[in-house]
Amino acid sequence: MELSIWNRHFETMPREQMREVQSDRLRDTVERVYYNVPYYRAKMQEKGLGPEHIQTVDDLKLLPFTTKQDLRDNYPFGLFALPMSEIIRLHASSGTTGRPTVVGYSRRDIAVWSEVMARTLTGAGVGKNDFIQIAYGYGLFTGGLGLHYGGEKVGASVIPISGGNTKRQLQLMNDFGSTVLACTPSYASYLAEAIEESDIERDALKLKVGIFGAEPWTDNMRREIEKKLRIKAFDIYGLSEIIGPGVSFDCEYQNGLHINEDHFIPEIIDPDTLEVLPEGELGELVFTTVTKEGLPIIRYRTRDLTRLHFDTCRCGRTLVRMDKCTGRSDDMLIIRGVNLFPSQIESVLLEMDETTPHYLLVVDRINNLDTLELHVEVEDRFYQDKISELQNLGKKIKNQIESTIGLSVNVKLVEPKTIERSEGKAKRVIDKRKME
Amino acid sequence: MIIKQLSVFLENRAGRLNEVFGILGQANINVSACSVADTSEFGILRMIVSDPEKARAILKENLFSVNVNDVISFATPNTPGALSRTLEILSDAGIGIEYLYGFSPGDKSFIVLKSDNIEKAIEELQKHEMELISASDLYKF
Ligand SMILES: [Zn+2]
Repeated sequence: MELSIWNRHFETMPREQMREVQSDRLRDTVERVYYNVPYYRAKMQEKGLGPEHIQTVDDLKLLPFTTKQDLRDNYPFGLFALPMSEIIRLHASSGTTGRPTVVGYSRRDIAVWSEVMARTLTGAGVGKNDFIQIAYGYGLFTGGLGLHYGGEKVGASVIPISGGNTKRQLQLMNDFGSTVLACTPSYASYLAEAIEESDIERDALKLKVGIFGAEPWTDNMRREIEKKLRIKAFDIYGLSEIIGPGVSFDCEYQNGLHINEDHFIPEIIDPDTLEVLPEGELGELVFTTVTKEGLPIIRYRTRDLTRLHFDTCRCGRTLVRMDKCTGRSDDMLIIRGVNLFPSQIESVLLEMDETTPHYLLVVDRINNLDTLELHVEVEDRFYQDKISELQNLGKKIKNQIESTIGLSVNVKLVEPKTIERSEGKAKRVIDKRKME
Repeated sequence: MIIKQLSVFLENRAGRLNEVFGILGQANINVSACSVADTSEFGILRMIVSDPEKARAILKENLFSVNVNDVISFATPNTPGALSRTLEILSDAGIGIEYLYGFSPGDKSFIVLKSDNIEKAIEELQKHEMELISASDLYKF
């Protein structure tokens, strides 16, 4: 299928020209934050920087980072670059620890948000003939309204049903003939099961596309949801500090999410040294917004781990692509001087038929040498009577992991369902070195 | 003549083995033969029980990894060289042995044997008039 592109000018712009656009917009942004946000001015002055030092995107690396904590410290409106009279919308993320983070939008910010969401939906083949059922939460969370603006912009019939109430979701999906479902991937799986258990025939539904995001999910989950719901599932990525959904999106080739980089410039850094990493390396994703007016943000550390790919995609877009985020930089371990992200282990386990993604990494230091032990559950059918086969399985897992992470690891097969499960943040690592 | 044997994957953890027997005992399932094969990393408990299907279901419910596989059992005289002569029958017929375990309570030795070709092993042993133990006999022990 050859899907259309919403904004051909920016989405297929030659890279050299994109750099110019980004540089122009970056200069403008730096000037605005320097003169309008005392916090950024002070931070830049600390480094001996003035707006004149930032001329091109290459100068980005000179600027200070911004973290979630900085947003909290300036709660609620301290980092806004416009007077409140120009702010027409506030969103906030619920803070699990301490204060929420608050974001503000100008009228133009809302227009930019609609634009990037229109690109996102067009990339998934959604257009004016579609019925888009938005089962993301509406409210302070940016998910619902972000999809809403994009849906309206491409001219789809928007069904703002919001999250929850599964029975009603199914009824409207059936009665209105929803062609697009937008929600979190976990809710999509849940709905898939609910459809199976209901008297609704899947063939009677018109569903063809899923727009899923707001939580990390794997390619395996994607395949499973696609099979169960018989749709094509598209990943979307965003965070409220940057704009909400619409930061990056899957095209039909799904080989990385295209970043709307004329609005949000990405960098990949080593979370330990904070140095910018070369193209293609795994590290922490950092964004600088270059068109936002209400809350422009400089070098925001997302804590999400990914890689960037700058080659032109088969879809024709030149927008840089990021790999699906599967881990967080907060989880990074340094083993024998090598950076290790538990998500790297997880992706190997997910790719192997024999293993489940349930694992525990035990790090220790024996005779001044870091050791790495992986406890892993295997798929039930692979536990068997033959010791040699179990040992071979252990070796196979060991080889796969070692060739991916470049560190030696001891693999220990454990009994099924013995590794602790928990919603969200599972305990994946025990670092005994910290206990010394 | 085929006997259903249960294999349970066990981590080397204190008390784990006894949990299995505890669960089976609670369910009124008798264990007539067992052996543990262990490596430095894990162990496999193999056993013959009075109700293999029920035992398997109960252990599954308790989240153990259980396999049911086919073994044979036979008796030999409890005298020097008797076992060797029996195994020779199998090796002469080109039948491989994966493992075996056994016990001699009196004038007979009872052996449980896992082979790569159970059907043929049974056929050979019967041909040589060896005393094969049937499942129902063994469960009664
Ligand atoms: Zn593409």
